[in-house]
Amino acid sequence: MPVRPAVPSGTQVCGVVPVDVAQPTTAAEVADVLRSTRGTVVPVGAGTKTGWAAPPTSCDLLLRTTGLDRVVEHAPGDLVVVTEAGVRLESLRRQLAEHGQMLALDPPEPGATIGGIIGANASGPRRLRYGTVRDLLIGVTVVLADGTTAKSGGKVVKNVAGYDLGKLYTGAHGGLGVVVSATWRLHPLPAAVGTVVVPVSDAAEAGRLSALLARSTLTPTAVELRFDVANAQAANAQAVGSRVTGSGVTGELVVLFESIEASVDAQSRAALALLGGGTREQRPPSWFGQRPTGGIVLRLAFEPFALPHVLRALPDGASGTATACTGVAYAAVPETTDLAALRAAIRPYDGSAVVLAAADAARAGLDHWGPVPDSFGLMTRVKDQFDPRRRLSPGRLIGGL
Amino acid sequence: MTQPQVDDRTRDPGRTGIADDGTAPSARMVRLAERLRERIGADKVLTDPAQLRTYECDGLAAVRVRPGIVVLASHRDDVVQTVRSCAEAGVPFVARGSGTGLSGGAIPVADGVLIVLSRLRQIVSVDPDNARVVVEPGVINLWVSREAAPYDQAYAPDPSSQQVCSIGGNVAENAGGAHCLKYGFTVNHVMGAEVVLPDGEVVRLGGTASEHPGLDLLGAFIGSEGTLGVATQVTVRTIRIPETVQTMLVGFHSVRDAAGTVSDIIASGIVPAAIEMMDALAIEAAEAAVQCGYPQGAVAVLVIELDGPAVEVDEQFRQVRELAEARHAFETRIARDAAERALMWKGRKSAFAAVGRISPAYYVQDGVIPRTRLPEVLEEIGRLADEAQMRVANVFHAGDGNLHPLILFDDAVPGAAHDAERLGGAILDLCVDLGGSITGEHGVGVDKKSKMARQFAGEDLDTMQLVRCAFDPDGLANPGKLFPTPRLCGERPGVRTAADTPDPALGEVF
Ligand SMILES: Cc1cc2nc3c(=O)[nH]c(=O)nc-3n(C[C@H](O)[C@H](O)[C@H](O)COP(=O)(O)OP(=O)(O)OC[C@H]3O[C@@H](n4cnc5c(N)ncnc54)[C@H](O)[C@@H]3O)c2cc1C
Repeated sequence: MPVRPAVPSGTQVCGVVPVDVAQPTTAAEVADVLRSTRGTVVPVGAGTKTGWAAPPTSCDLLLRTTGLDRVVEHAPGDLVVVTEAGVRLESLRRQLAEHGQMLALDPPEPGATIGGIIGANASGPRRLRYGTVRDLLIGVTVVLADGTTAKSGGKVVKNVAGYDLGKLYTGAHGGLGVVVSATWRLHPLPAAVGTVVVPVSDAAEAGRLSALLARSTLTPTAVELRFDVANAQAANAQAVGSRVTGSGVTGELVVLFESIEASVDAQSRAALALLGGGTREQRPPSWFGQRPTGGIVLRLAFEPFALPHVLRALPDGASGTATACTGVAYAAVPETTDLAALRAAIRPYDGSAVVLAAADAARAGLDHWGPVPDSFGLMTRVKDQFDPRRRLSPGRLIGGL
Repeated sequence: MTQPQVDDRTRDPGRTGIADDGTAPSARMVRLAERLRERIGADKVLTDPAQLRTYECDGLAAVRVRPGIVVLASHRDDVVQTVRSCAEAGVPFVARGSGTGLSGGAIPVADGVLIVLSRLRQIVSVDPDNARVVVEPGVINLWVSREAAPYDQAYAPDPSSQQVCSIGGNVAENAGGAHCLKYGFTVNHVMGAEVVLPDGEVVRLGGTASEHPGLDLLGAFIGSEGTLGVATQVTVRTIRIPETVQTMLVGFHSVRDAAGTVSDIIASGIVPAAIEMMDALAIEAAEAAVQCGYPQGAVAVLVIELDGPAVEVDEQFRQVRELAEARHAFETRIARDAAERALMWKGRKSAFAAVGRISPAYYVQDGVIPRTRLPEVLEEIGRLADEAQMRVANVFHAGDGNLHPLILFDDAVPGAAHDAERLGGAILDLCVDLGGSITGEHGVGVDKKSKMARQFAGEDLDTMQLVRCAFDPDGLANPGKLFPTPRLCGERPGVRTAADTPDPALGEVF
């Protein structure tokens, strides 16, 4: 397995330049690399989400998994597909669509690979209906730090034999092992699509509309809010003594229906009535499902009903999208944002804020993951069991793991 | 709900060989009991052999072990104190919910403590706005839906045992149910848990939000069969009750046609809420037990349920009928109201117990195959049954290929129980060979731990052990379950011998 110096390629991970780069093409080669080297290793796929974890404390070897690019097995009748880690979601989607099927994950990063999506736990708007990686991944094979290849799960949707290690590898940024292949539960491609778009003029309204949808019998595949925040300006503009604490949140809410034609039509009409307005569009607007950019980009998670509180806690100049009924939002906030204060403000709602993107220069002063949970000791023990020498993605996980 | 029926085999103490007085408790059990009485109160600590006997087995019933001590926890702190005391004394413990598990997960350890959680039955909070319900672990599965019902919400995972099994047990087994085809399993609905780790430390995993920074330890805990700690509080999410539910019962003259219909429905892009199948013998049993009025002369029936917006359900229902007719369905009944719907489900949900009507004893298996292999697998099961000269009734979650063969035998015949288990094992081998799994929802427990090595390579099992060693380095939580070979943490793989590490779950095996 060739390992070559990294410098000419100019690749880096959050500002850290790797010494060498390896691009294996089989799981056996991945195992070989890990067995035959001693140094620190940072696994990446296409590299679209390397900013989602903290910068590594060291990177002797950048391990690219893009060479593992085979779709190993697709059993349309069983709605299951087995792919190697380097397969790109887009190309997998195209292949599956020929059979009227899909892997119901829709993170937007162009060129993203299956392995990177698992490692970063990336998702998109349709998580409302289909869930995230942890809900769709039914089997996984990894190469551990010592070169051992191990699988967990299987190739059937229902399976409770043994611990479900896929859950642990999801969102672990390669820190427990290098994902080399994955088995997924698939869904049928919906026949028809339609949206209802409603303008939103403040945070409370965003919350009210989302709650109406969440409590209704409508079955949208996504409910996405685009928002711009100007809280302080709005507060200044408010007349003193007014009981309404005006929130400077504006945007629009998109309700996406994907089903058979008759259902999309009936549900869109019902949504207009329920929300008291809006327009029907065939396709979602261009911002739908895209991540915000600029400044510091955060992923926020919180109790779904706390959406208005979270929007109000964001600093002026923030903008982004929220997967409204699930309690997840992506926000671009100014570089001057006091992250600790923001985290404290959303904490009562089980809220958290994780950095996804920031200029390399700004990284140094950033607390990437935020405070550690009370299970951090246990997380450390898990990390130490899987990677006792701390050679995989060192420092990239929460608390510097 | 009745206890599953294999216990007929062991009810007679003469045959089981368990002496009524049991063996004398060890000195460390006596000391630990004393300490526990001091810490949590004497009334919660049982050591009287007559009282301990109630807890010798769970739903598997073929394996019985009398625990050294039973703790009837009535408060979370009782659990914490008990686990802590066990950790100090190096004594193993086993959590027990309602004891309905079918793989022997809650079988006690002879020289250990059984922590009974069935008194921890508080609904801590119901939050319809966030669609969350927080409960203590002993809360019965069905109660969650009952609590959520006033808000038009429900708890989706619905094991057939839902009237008696506990949420804690569901979490430990990652329980499924008829509706998990569309809605997923316990793991897809549990958002958070408070867990007492085997050293007595209390941690919160997950929470009320849908994501948390850091490793998904909650995901690893769910389905770990009590081997990673004891859940003392669980946060689940509830779903909105759908606008419409439609249920139909379809009779077929051949298993192949019924199975083909299942595949056709899935292939047409419909995701039903449930597709359940029963074969002739299972139908006969259900009829005898609950008079559910299934189609006369059916060799196989499907119970198909669709839910969602009315227009969608109506259209898909029409399609399903056409697909079934194209496969020669000879009778299709549609439930007109909730009562008819309940009757259709009653036949299915009582099928395990019902088999007791047509056989002195039976053994429930749980295996998974790729759904498309259903017809050939059923034929092969029939062949294996003939070879073993036994009858097998088939009841299963056909939509996701989860088989529940019920192996009927006469426990009065010497060796019959053993033959039944052997046939069950052969069926599991078949599942693995076809790329399936040895368990879809009942767990590995003690029943199938020897089969783990058939489904997983040594490296796979050693990797799972890493998690065990992180949570429970001393191996005190439910030892002897799940893994085929007990192993000490820190031990290098490959150098162990069975003699080094006696299997704590090896009580009296029948
Ligand atoms: C008639 C019948 C039908 C069934 N149908 C289904 C079905 O459709 N789907 C399905 O999935 N199962 C089914 N089961 C199996 C069983 O009901 C489930 O496995 C259930 O989840 C067990 O819950 P319990 O409270 O009875 O747990 P127990 O049997 O008491 O314990 C099961 C395991 O969980 C552990 N445990 C219990 N509580 C905790 C806790 N708080 N923390 C940590 N570990 C704990 C125990 O140590 C043990 O390993 C059925 C059983 C019967 C008898």
